[in-house]
Amino acid sequence: MDKTKLDFLTQKARKIRDDAIEIIGHFGSGHIGGAMSVIDALTVIYYDKANINPSDPKIQDRDRIIMSKGHAGPAMYAVLADLGYYPKEWTKTLNQNGTNLPSHCDMNKTPGIDMTAGSLGQGISCAVGMAIGARMDKNPATIYCFIGDGEAQEGQVWEASMLAGNRGLDNLILFLDNNKLQLDGRTDDINGLTPASDKWKAFGFYTQEVNGHDIEAISDAIDNAKAQKGKASMIILDTIKGYGASFTEGLPNCHSMAVPEELWRKETGRYE
Amino acid sequence: MMTDLKEMRQALADALVKTAETDERIVVLEADLMSCHATKGFKSAYPDRFIDVGIAEQNLIGVSAGLATMGKIPFAYSFGPFATRRCYDQIFISVAYAKQPVKIVGTDPGVTAEANGGTHMPFEDMSLMRAIPKMVCFEPTDATMIETALPHIIAHNGPVYIRMPRKKQEKVYDEIKDFSLGKAIELRDGKDVTIIASGIMVSRAVEASDILKEEGISARVLNMHTWKPIDEDAIVKAVKETGALVTCENHSTNGGLGSAVAEVVVEKCPAPVEMIGVRNSFGEVGKLPYLSERFGLTTQDIVGAVRRAINRK
Repeated sequence: MDKTKLDFLTQKARKIRDDAIEIIGHFGSGHIGGAMSVIDALTVIYYDKANINPSDPKIQDRDRIIMSKGHAGPAMYAVLADLGYYPKEWTKTLNQNGTNLPSHCDMNKTPGIDMTAGSLGQGISCAVGMAIGARMDKNPATIYCFIGDGEAQEGQVWEASMLAGNRGLDNLILFLDNNKLQLDGRTDDINGLTPASDKWKAFGFYTQEVNGHDIEAISDAIDNAKAQKGKASMIILDTIKGYGASFTEGLPNCHSMAVPEELWRKETGRYE
Repeated sequence: MMTDLKEMRQALADALVKTAETDERIVVLEADLMSCHATKGFKSAYPDRFIDVGIAEQNLIGVSAGLATMGKIPFAYSFGPFATRRCYDQIFISVAYAKQPVKIVGTDPGVTAEANGGTHMPFEDMSLMRAIPKMVCFEPTDATMIETALPHIIAHNGPVYIRMPRKKQEKVYDEIKDFSLGKAIELRDGKDVTIIASGIMVSRAVEASDILKEEGISARVLNMHTWKPIDEDAIVKAVKETGALVTCENHSTNGGLGSAVAEVVVEKCPAPVEMIGVRNSFGEVGKLPYLSERFGLTTQDIVGAVRRAINRK
C-alpha cells in the first residue's frame, strides 16, 4: 500500500475512533469495547475496498457490510455519518428516544446498514443468504460480515459457516473480531474458540490471520480473499477489545461501560 | 364431503413452479425435507433457485432473510415445530423485525403429524407466530385454497406463516371467489350460533352444522383461514346476528384461534364462546381418528360445544 493511502486510512481510523467514542459519550454509556476493536477493519473496507454509494445506499450491485455482532453499531454509525449517509447531527442521538441510531444495527432505521442484527449468530446466516442471492443473480457484490469471538459460541454461526464453506461462496468475506473478551470474562475461560483458524479451515474456508489493527495487513488480507476462487474467506482479526482509547483498551470489563462527558472530551480532545 | 384429488404439498409445489416461471423472485429453501414436501419438482425446474441448507432451521431462516434483502421471495419449508419453535428468534429478528418478506411453510400441523408423534406435533405454532408483530398467520383448508392464496401470499410485502397439512384433505372448495388473506369465508349461513373453524376443522364444522340442522339448530360456519390479521368484522357480525360462538382449531387453545377470536369478542361484543381445541397437552403418536378423539376435535365434540354455547346465551 502506498504511503499516502496508508496515512489517509490511519488518520481516518483515528477519526472514526474519536467519532465512535463521542457517539457513545453523548449517550453516556455503550458497547465501546467491541466497537473500537473493529474500527481498523471497517475503515479499510469502507474507505478503500467496498463498492458503495452513500447517495444511493440501496443500489442493487453494492457490496454489503453486515455487522453480525450488532452491538458494534456505534462503530458503524461513526463510519456511515462520516461518509454522509445521514446528517452528522444524528450522531448525537444514539439510543435517545425516537433515534435512528439504536444500540444494535437496524436496517430499517439507519441508512447504510445492510442487515438488522443484535441477537448474536443471526447476521452471519443473513450474510450467507445474501452471498447465495448475489451469486444467483450474477450480482458482483462482495458480502463482508463481522462476527465476534464470543458470538462464535452461538450454534448458528457454525450452521452458517458449514453452508458457506460447502457452497464455496467466494463472494463472502467473514471477519472474526478476535478480541478474546466477552461480557463475562476471557472467551477462552468461558467457552474458548482457540484454535479459531483450524475451525474455519476445517469448514472449507480460505482462512487468514492478521493483526486486526494493522491497516496494511488487513488490506492485503482482503485482496487475497477476493483473489480466491471457489472458497469462502475468513479473516481472523487479532484485536484488542477497546483498542485505541486509553480508558478502554484491553480492559476486561470494557464490553459495555459508562463514558462520562469529561472522559470522552479528554480522550478525543474535543471541547467544542 | 369428498377427499381432495391433490395433496396440499403437491398443490403448493406445483403452484410455486408455475409462478416462478414468470416471477424470478421466487426461491425455495428446505432443511432436508424436500422429499416430504414435493419440492423436488421445483429443484428440477430451477436448480439455482432451490437451496437445501441441511438440517439447520436457524440457518434456514437466516439465509432466507438474507435472500429477501437481495430482492428474493423465499419460501422456507420445514415441519411445523421446526419451522417455528426451533428458529423462533431468527423469525422474530432476522425476518419480522427486519421486515423481510420471507414465507414460512410449516407442515403437518397438530394431529396431522400422526405417526411422528409428540416431538413433531405442533399445537403451538400459530400461538408463537401470532405473537410476532406484523406476521400473517394463515392455515389453508384444501388444495384449492393454497393455490388460490399463493398470489396473495406473494403480493403481501411482509412475512407470512403458512400452516399446512401435506396430504390430501377433505375437499371443501372447487373454487374460491374473492379470496383475501384476513377475510373469513362463510360456508353455511345460520342464526342461532356461529362455528368459526380453520384447517382440518372446517369440514368437521360443516358436518356439525348439518347434523345440528336436523335438530332445528341453525349454525353458521365461518372458515377463519387467517388467524392474523383476524377478520374482526366477521366475528362482530356473527355475534350480533347469532349471539354465540364456537371456535374449532387443530391447535392449542392457549393463544390459538379461540384466543384470537376471544380477544375480539371481549373487547368489541361480549358473548358466549366455546372453544374446541387441544387443552394444555403434548402430542402423541396415532392415527388421525384416534388423535381427533383423544384431543376432543371430532364433529361430535363440535356438536356438543354448540349446544353448550347456545345454552349460555
